[in-house]
Amino acid sequence: MGNFDPQRVRTCKTTGLNVCLDAQFFIKANAVFAVVFLLVGAIAAILLALTRWPAVHLLNDVWYYRILTLHGLNMLIFWILFMEVAILYFACTSLLNSRLAAPKVAWASFLMMLIGAIMVDVIILMGKGDVLMTSYVPLRGHPLFYLGIILVAVGTLTAVILFFATIYIARRDKTYEGSMPLVTFGALAAAIIATVTLLHGAVVMIPTFTWSLGLTPTPDAGWYRLIWWGLGHMSQQVNVCAMVAVWYFLATLTTGAKPVNETVSRVAFVLYILFINLASAHHLLVDPGLGASWKIWNTSYAMYLAVLASLIHGFTIPASIEVIQRVKGFTRGIFNWLTSAPWSDPGFSSVVLSMIIFGFIGGITGVTIGTEQINIIAHNTLRVPGHFHATVVGGTTLAFMGLAYYVVPLIFQREFFMKWLARIQPYIFAGGITLMSIGMSFAGSNGVPRRHWDVEFTGAGIGAGFDAGAHFMLGLMGIGGTIAFIGMLIFILLTVATVFFGRSNAETGMVSWQSADRMKMISDAAGKEAEFEVEKHKTPGTLVLVSVLLVSFVVYYFANWKALAEVWWVR
Amino acid sequence: MSIQAPAKGWFGPPVGAEKLWIGVALIWCIIMSLAMPYYHFKGKQNSTGESYAVEPARFVDRVNRFVETNQVGEEVVTVSGIEKKIPIVEGVPGGDVYLLGRTWEWYPILKLKKGQTYRVHISSADLQHGFSLLPMNMNFQILPGYDHVLTLTPTSSGEFQIICNEFCGIGHHIMTGKIIVE
Ligand code: HEM
Ligand SMILES: [Cu+2]
Ligand SMILES: [Cu+2]
Repeated sequence: MGNFDPQRVRTCKTTGLNVCLDAQFFIKANAVFAVVFLLVGAIAAILLALTRWPAVHLLNDVWYYRILTLHGLNMLIFWILFMEVAILYFACTSLLNSRLAAPKVAWASFLMMLIGAIMVDVIILMGKGDVLMTSYVPLRGHPLFYLGIILVAVGTLTAVILFFATIYIARRDKTYEGSMPLVTFGALAAAIIATVTLLHGAVVMIPTFTWSLGLTPTPDAGWYRLIWWGLGHMSQQVNVCAMVAVWYFLATLTTGAKPVNETVSRVAFVLYILFINLASAHHLLVDPGLGASWKIWNTSYAMYLAVLASLIHGFTIPASIEVIQRVKGFTRGIFNWLTSAPWSDPGFSSVVLSMIIFGFIGGITGVTIGTEQINIIAHNTLRVPGHFHATVVGGTTLAFMGLAYYVVPLIFQREFFMKWLARIQPYIFAGGITLMSIGMSFAGSNGVPRRHWDVEFTGAGIGAGFDAGAHFMLGLMGIGGTIAFIGMLIFILLTVATVFFGRSNAETGMVSWQSADRMKMISDAAGKEAEFEVEKHKTPGTLVLVSVLLVSFVVYYFANWKALAEVWWVR
Repeated sequence: MSIQAPAKGWFGPPVGAEKLWIGVALIWCIIMSLAMPYYHFKGKQNSTGESYAVEPARFVDRVNRFVETNQVGEEVVTVSGIEKKIPIVEGVPGGDVYLLGRTWEWYPILKLKKGQTYRVHISSADLQHGFSLLPMNMNFQILPGYDHVLTLTPTSSGEFQIICNEFCGIGHHIMTGKIIVE
């Protein structure tokens, strides 16, 4: 039984879920501003891509670093956090059949986040915060820059607390029976990690803020890095958790998939919570002040059990899709289930492309460059943005785009304009990001630094530069970045136009992205328990896919050990 | 369905293909974990993070003393139109060598011998910097207040560039230096 105020609830005509209208308001508000910050970040992105492409070299040095600061914060922090707050509100209300515990608290959270984010952007554009996203001390920005970030962090923490409170009242009011749904469980894992993350943020940003005011001494540079990455890296695990929850959610909506084994999927989420805490270590692998045993211990036990979790989700989700497709009758050969999947549903294609980019590019490069010794040939080169544009952009951002293709019709209750364009958008974006990540990664393998305005070193006393191979890779990055930008712009324009001017579907329910036949197959499959039990433990197609992943992983990993063994000896 | 509460009795061990994959993945993770301690003892390239607390001003003094006693030449360069002399300083094999990162140069130019081992002390006079040696692509983080010691053995000869790959203000991209190996 729900616990709704009868005036403040509606039943979704498409999914049958109850939607708390207060939660709906804040889901909308947070999602809209998420997209606004995505737009700011996207404009910055194209400027950066066209600057780092040496043949174009668009911005001057001052503006390159300024826009880099803007891009990092608007994308990694604002777009992602606003979107995640929207996801948390959805996961704790509709999926638990509960109302939002305290709408006033949601207001407080929303306003703090919004004011903080605007403050940060204004300060950056005024040229008072040219310290990049990481603001490594003793680089010094304007106090309002730090205050803005603190506000965003506290605002987000407030939303996370509201999420916990809502789960509490849902349990208290017995709005659902038994265990919570897997998607909510994933969101819960994300929220737990977010709490720890944001506390690190407070520990590091508050003394930095008071220092910027001249009240306290300069924080130690090594200490700052250690704690900052407690924020910076762990928040990536929040993103991974949220992304995986979205993968499960969309796999269910678009194919009817259900987890093959709930225990396995849940344990994998728990692994994230338990073992990611010290992964900030892999940003500090070539830092002074931290010994080899500290570095190795924290990279091995903490990271690899979290990596195991990703490898598990990377299996269970395609497996659940394979099983349900086979139940529907797509049983021919190894891959018929995959070729006959709903590829023109942007919710589905986003998830699959997101999984491929995250796993094959983001995962493999990340684990490799996060290896203690291999980091020597990777730290602060373009390999690093090459890696995380495959995780947080090709992975998380693309998954969130796929989510938007369902959130807009279901929560905003508007039908998309130009559906044909929406259907190809995930492919354009994924293609661009893939090219860009590959370009960045291999330019970085040649030593090209990240966060660097001029790979020609014009005006430097002692000359330096890179060979043609590196320049080719930078060109690839520029072209890929431009394609990705176009894909992102299509997404932003379509969603904004639809949210404000789209045809309302409040009376009819959502018009499915898939044909009526396919929708019928999904609902029929839900009843075929016996077939499900038969197919559930045989997933030959998925086994082939993960084997290809593992082989690529092993090859890339050992190729890097070999490259490392060729550089100067160092201890 | 992952959006509904699971049916009662959902708790159970993995079986079939899922179990197989978890086993394989776990083994791979363990191999990767063991590779690091193995390479720590057997490999030639490790970041041990050896370092000592040092006041930036004290470190600058040490660098200057090192330059005074070991200078073997100088190179004249032009930075933004202004001529400047950078000392070339030779390290004693097995001994201490000093390199200073400051906005925006790596100082001085070092001269080393192939196959010899040096204790290279690197620190910063001001902000965080990134020591990046090209074209080998070896990278270490340099922090003010930390004397980061690399026990370094050049295994190839020639001229090698040092660039900065940690953002250190508007001159970051012209912060360069050099190591000459004979
Ligand atoms: C159209 C899509 C995008 C393009 C073309 C793009 C391009 C770039 C480029 C060229 C850089 C500069 C790398 C450097 O010079 O060091 C960069 C940095 C970065 N990007 Fe993106 N990006 C895109 C989307 C995103 C998204 C969606 C996110 C986060 C969710 C993101 C997060 C970052 C971060 C955190 C940095 C590093 C900033 C720093 O070094 O301080 N990007 N991006
Ligand atoms: Cu520097
Ligand atoms: Cu620099």
